[in-house]
Amino acid sequence: MKKNRQLAQDELLNLLKTLVETPGPSGSESTIRATVLANIKDFADEIQTDALGNLIARKGTRKEGGKRVMVSAHMDEIGLMITHVDDNGFARFLPIGGINALTCLGGRVLFMNGTRGVIGVERLEGTNIPTLDKLFIDTGATSREDSKVGVGDVCGFERPFLDLGQRLVAKSMDNRVSAAVAIAALHALPENPNEVYFVFSVQEEVGIRGAITAAYGVDPEIGMALDVTRTGDTPKSAKMEVSLGKGPAIKVRDSSFIADPRIVEWMIREAKAQNIPYQMEVLEAGGTDGRAMQLTRAGVPTGCLSLGCRYIHSPSEMIDRSDLVNAIALLVGLLSKPIILD
Amino acid sequence: MAKNKKDTQKYVPVMGEEELALLTKLSNALAVSGEEQEVRAIVKDEVTPFADSVETDTLGNLLVTRHGTAEKRLRVMIAAHMDEVGFMLVDDEGNGIFEFRVVGGVDERQLAGKSIMVGRDHVPGVIGAKAIHLTTPDERKQTLRADQLRVDLGPGGSGKAKVGDRGTFATHLQVIGPSLRGKALDDRLGVFNLIQLVKHAPANVDLLAAFTVQEEVGLRGARVAAYSFNPQIGIAMDSTPAHDLPHFDGESNERYNTRLDGGPAIYLMDGATIGDRRLVNWLVETAQAEGIPWQFRQPNLGGTDAGAIHKTRAGVPSVSVSVPQRYLHSAAGLVRIDDCVNTLRLMWHALARLDASILLRQEN
Repeated sequence: MKKNRQLAQDELLNLLKTLVETPGPSGSESTIRATVLANIKDFADEIQTDALGNLIARKGTRKEGGKRVMVSAHMDEIGLMITHVDDNGFARFLPIGGINALTCLGGRVLFMNGTRGVIGVERLEGTNIPTLDKLFIDTGATSREDSKVGVGDVCGFERPFLDLGQRLVAKSMDNRVSAAVAIAALHALPENPNEVYFVFSVQEEVGIRGAITAAYGVDPEIGMALDVTRTGDTPKSAKMEVSLGKGPAIKVRDSSFIADPRIVEWMIREAKAQNIPYQMEVLEAGGTDGRAMQLTRAGVPTGCLSLGCRYIHSPSEMIDRSDLVNAIALLVGLLSKPIILD
Repeated sequence: MAKNKKDTQKYVPVMGEEELALLTKLSNALAVSGEEQEVRAIVKDEVTPFADSVETDTLGNLLVTRHGTAEKRLRVMIAAHMDEVGFMLVDDEGNGIFEFRVVGGVDERQLAGKSIMVGRDHVPGVIGAKAIHLTTPDERKQTLRADQLRVDLGPGGSGKAKVGDRGTFATHLQVIGPSLRGKALDDRLGVFNLIQLVKHAPANVDLLAAFTVQEEVGLRGARVAAYSFNPQIGIAMDSTPAHDLPHFDGESNERYNTRLDGGPAIYLMDGATIGDRRLVNWLVETAQAEGIPWQFRQPNLGGTDAGAIHKTRAGVPSVSVSVPQRYLHSAAGLVRIDDCVNTLRLMWHALARLDASILLRQEN
């Protein structure tokens, strides 16, 4: 097995900053894949990219008492794709994943070809909330001929990483914070009987697509999704048990799958054994790679380790620093021993 | 099985009399999702002399394999769906009157007053509505839902059709100058073009032609066809709306999806698939190199068989190409013959220049 070492706090934050500032909307993951690859290649035993672009890194070899485990963190993010550029160079777009028109207004975008732009809106009647077809991207072009983007060009939101001390803010914390958790765990994982496949999956935001094929390819005995989840701790928010800073969340269910109760108990046992704070997550709407793993082939016991995140799918998604650190410790603890489900 | 040795090196697609006759037969056939045997029989007759294997799978997909002869051939699956939208009889009310429900995406506003046909024998009939003489101004503002309409097969019709039979519009394909008008051009154009590809397959690929079922009710046939074929590349050949008329209010039309005469429409993203960029670029480069007109289909919702293929097993890089068509899923779609022929040209040339390096990724 390849070497292992724990990331120092500043290394972890630098890694997270790099990940969140790298563009990679669903279907355009080659840049973020290269970024992840550069950060794992010295610590994985085997790395491959599958047919859809999932990055799959194996650490360890299955020994007696061990299991083949798939840990999946999607590396894609929400974004926009150009549908039309008009005579004056304004670009209309279609959302890639769940985009809210309210959080688009005034936003800045970065195209995969390096072009930048801002999002404008047609004149609104009264206080109506605009729909996405009323919005457009202004890349500064003065005509269609002058436009550096055309139909099919893809962009993500552009916003620098923000360290607020205890809280950390960025676009695409969903789900680069989980990618950081997976990378840190891959680095830190000591010799153990399990064969762990760290999957950095594609196209989650458009319907959990990459994890479907990755799970088929890996054929795991245990599945563990890593993703962000909503919180209920902001003024007049929807009711939700999860708060920032109270520890990583152990998913019981979301609208895409019900976590295997044996996996839930295993996660609780490990958190208690390590004295790591944790919260139980019941998410009413939303899905994760867990669904794809659970339903692959003849079925796989699957759970999900979540991080509470405020303002999901806005350009300013906020997580808690201690939740991040605790999630890594919990994941490493889970993976570094024989796994017993009962 | 003896392979017919046609010259496959210089294939120049045309829409001659022979081709038009086949396309007419395909378009006029009745194959509503779940009961595709009429089209399947036509396809089977056409491809069998050229194929290495022809097999009907459990769901009714016709799986046709034609091996190339070059070394290191890619296994390329191309899907075209045989099924069409239509309706199913759900209640026999006597005297040839049937209640029905639509199958697939049919705009119920377009049902009233249409000539239709039902079942394997193409029993003719009409979807009737109250004559205008007897309607009130208020009634004429209402849309008639399918459950308010009836299929009328005439006296004795009860004996010729039964609950569960499927039917569709009774439109016959017609040439109108540079255009074709007909029903089910979604996706008989794809079926027709895929038949031609089997007949003229370039030698550098293993062509896995899937004539699929049940696409219109959720990409169901392609899912199991792709599992069987286990291909390295997946392509759906379909038809997509052209909403290219000027807006009646004079506003510029920015949501046309595709345009007639624009050539084959290459997909970047729809509701079911994000096109693999390597394959999108391969098609665009082929079109440019061969001087074939082409267009991007505007990224939009909707889905093709590629939506099922790309998620099969450990994943299949996939893309879709469609013939642009006005008035899709109605009694009379309208396409340009040139768009149809250019789609076939694009696909043939693309296959002929395909090699394994297309699947390499830059970064590793």
